[in-house]
Amino acid sequence: MSLIEIKKLIKIYSDDGVDTRALDGVSLTINDGEFVAITGASGSGKSTLLQILGCLDRSTDGSYTFEGKEVSSYSDAELARIRNEKLGFVFQSFNLLPRLSVLDNVVLPLVYAGVSKKERVERAEAMIDLVGLADRRGYQASQLSGGQKQRVAIARALVNNPKVIFADEPTGNLDSKSGAVVLEFLQMLNDQGRTLVVVTHELYVAEAARRTVHIVDGRIDSDQPVAHRRIIAKDGFIK
Amino acid sequence: MISFTDIGRSALMGLSSHKSRTFLTMLGIVIGILSIMVVMSLGQGANELILGEFQKFGPNNIFILPGRQPTGPSGAASTLLSDSLTQKDLSDLENPANVPEAVGVVPVVFGQQPMVYESQTYTAMILGSNQDIARLFALNISNGRFFDSNDVADRAPVAVLGATTAKELFGGNDPVGRKIRINNQILQVIGVLQTQGAGSFINFDKAVIAPYPIVQDNILGIKYFQRIVVEGSSPALVPAMIKDVTTLLRNNHNITDPSKDDFSIQTQASIAQTVGTVTSILTVLLASIAAISLVVGGVGIMNIMLVSVTERTREIGLRKALGATSGNILLQFLFEAAALTVLGGCIGVAGGIGVSWLVSFAANYWWGIAFPFVISVSGILLGVVVSGTIGLVFGIFPAWRAARKSPIEALRYE
Ligand SMILES: Nc1ncnc2c1ncn2[C@@H]1O[C@H](COP(=O)(O)OP(=O)(O)O)[C@@H](O)[C@H]1O
Ligand SMILES: [Mg+2]
Repeated sequence: MSLIEIKKLIKIYSDDGVDTRALDGVSLTINDGEFVAITGASGSGKSTLLQILGCLDRSTDGSYTFEGKEVSSYSDAELARIRNEKLGFVFQSFNLLPRLSVLDNVVLPLVYAGVSKKERVERAEAMIDLVGLADRRGYQASQLSGGQKQRVAIARALVNNPKVIFADEPTGNLDSKSGAVVLEFLQMLNDQGRTLVVVTHELYVAEAARRTVHIVDGRIDSDQPVAHRRIIAKDGFIK
Repeated sequence: MISFTDIGRSALMGLSSHKSRTFLTMLGIVIGILSIMVVMSLGQGANELILGEFQKFGPNNIFILPGRQPTGPSGAASTLLSDSLTQKDLSDLENPANVPEAVGVVPVVFGQQPMVYESQTYTAMILGSNQDIARLFALNISNGRFFDSNDVADRAPVAVLGATTAKELFGGNDPVGRKIRINNQILQVIGVLQTQGAGSFINFDKAVIAPYPIVQDNILGIKYFQRIVVEGSSPALVPAMIKDVTTLLRNNHNITDPSKDDFSIQTQASIAQTVGTVTSILTVLLASIAAISLVVGGVGIMNIMLVSVTERTREIGLRKALGATSGNILLQFLFEAAALTVLGGCIGVAGGIGVSWLVSFAANYWWGIAFPFVISVSGILLGVVVSGTIGLVFGIFPAWRAARKSPIEALRYE
């Protein structure tokens, strides 16, 4: 059984009577442990696809099964639970709560999971240490640099031990050095068996993945393994 | 599942991490409640003050005024007949055979006059009356004595000073035994009144009281009375007293047609009725001001709540992306709004009580008005209910709207 399976997925945005067909019949299967890069030009529908895969939005038509169950059959509350327990997100613009401390940001998914206070603080602190921000736990999120913010976001995405991590242009707002750190992290997570789906329009990010799905105008144009995979930890990061 | 306490904690964290937003929202609630409370408390206080003044007339007494009751625009005729109450009327009223219900008759004449003591001059009201005015208005002597019936009968040139008058003319010195001059009439001071407060119908603090004959003849130069108060022994006797007085005066003035009466009679009840019209206008006015302050406070609350919507919508999107349900979100915002409203409400009520007290204190202290300190319960209720409702509704409504969006829609909101 595949982890993620979509068939003939269609997403139409209707804004002020103007319809935009962002996804036009996308079919795709992603298995446990994969590291998929979704590439394509700006406006091709990458983010739309990722948001639907991440249960942040619903498709207009087509089917999406996650762990063998049709997602459209879930209620909003059930979807919230799936997002909470199975999925982790990393956004281009970090999306931290700026007034809260690093720890309070990372702890959030565990709060909604109903984990006891003691345990969630322990787990969050472990994740913060993992992304190398042990000395920044008490900082306000707004006081961090872009690279640090994205590492906090990764810690937050990891803290509930999700099956899949979705990342939408995770290095898009970062300088190359911070970008390298983030990418290196993602590769490390995948090496540990975590499934990753990363949206990017940049080749060097795609090269860090194991498989690239190229999208043109809401359709899959090509879907192939990465021939010359770049291991960031070893090869470095060239922008 | 997230626990109730964790949602409450999230709410408090939201409040404490956005101090200026929290402060401004609370300020809106505080101002809304405080202003309506103060306005309504002051209104109620003013009402009590005014009605209280007329209670002082006593329910047993009737007031005879010279002149015709002004009727419509041609009321000017009343001034022509303002000299209608004569010495003979007074003597007849004092005769128990004529008005058996009366236990006292107090004539009053008054006018503004400069009073002179050595080099000091102070313009104040000279009141001419008889010894019973002290009982009628509950005047207490702080020093010396009040004049008695002999002083009135003997046309004694004596005077009792109001507290302010005494201070103005004599500074810290004891006025008793000294002589003051009013319109070339020398009066010997025999007593000083205690401070009565300026709220009275007549400001006795700024007055000088003397036996009426000498005030009429030697100071004001008039032969008539401006008021005659007839004291009864119980409210039940007032109608009979009015009847007797009316009969007597019509007889004395040769009036057969009641519409040609050259005097009018007021009672506490009839005055209260007139005053009631005034105070109900006052109440309407204050209620309008209160309504405006509520709207202002309400708009303030709404503004702050709505201004932060963009930021909050993104926060809601993020929380949902991380696993919050719409119900969790709504509960958190309900907590926030409730905490703000309760805290703002308490501060508002406390502040409202404080300001109301301050106003009544200031009125007493600086203007000598016995303004009662009133806590308007209806003001508290109205303020708390309206501001609280606005706070809750505008705290939750934007959250409810945002929580209905998909997580990504909310996250992208601008
Ligand atoms: N919320 C939205 N409302 C309307 N149109 C949208 C919305 N989001 C994306 N689109 C449109 O859908 C298409 C795909 O967008 P997107 O998935 O963001 O592309 P990408 O991430 O590849 O740049 C674009 O034409 C975009 O304008
Ligand atoms: Mg995009």
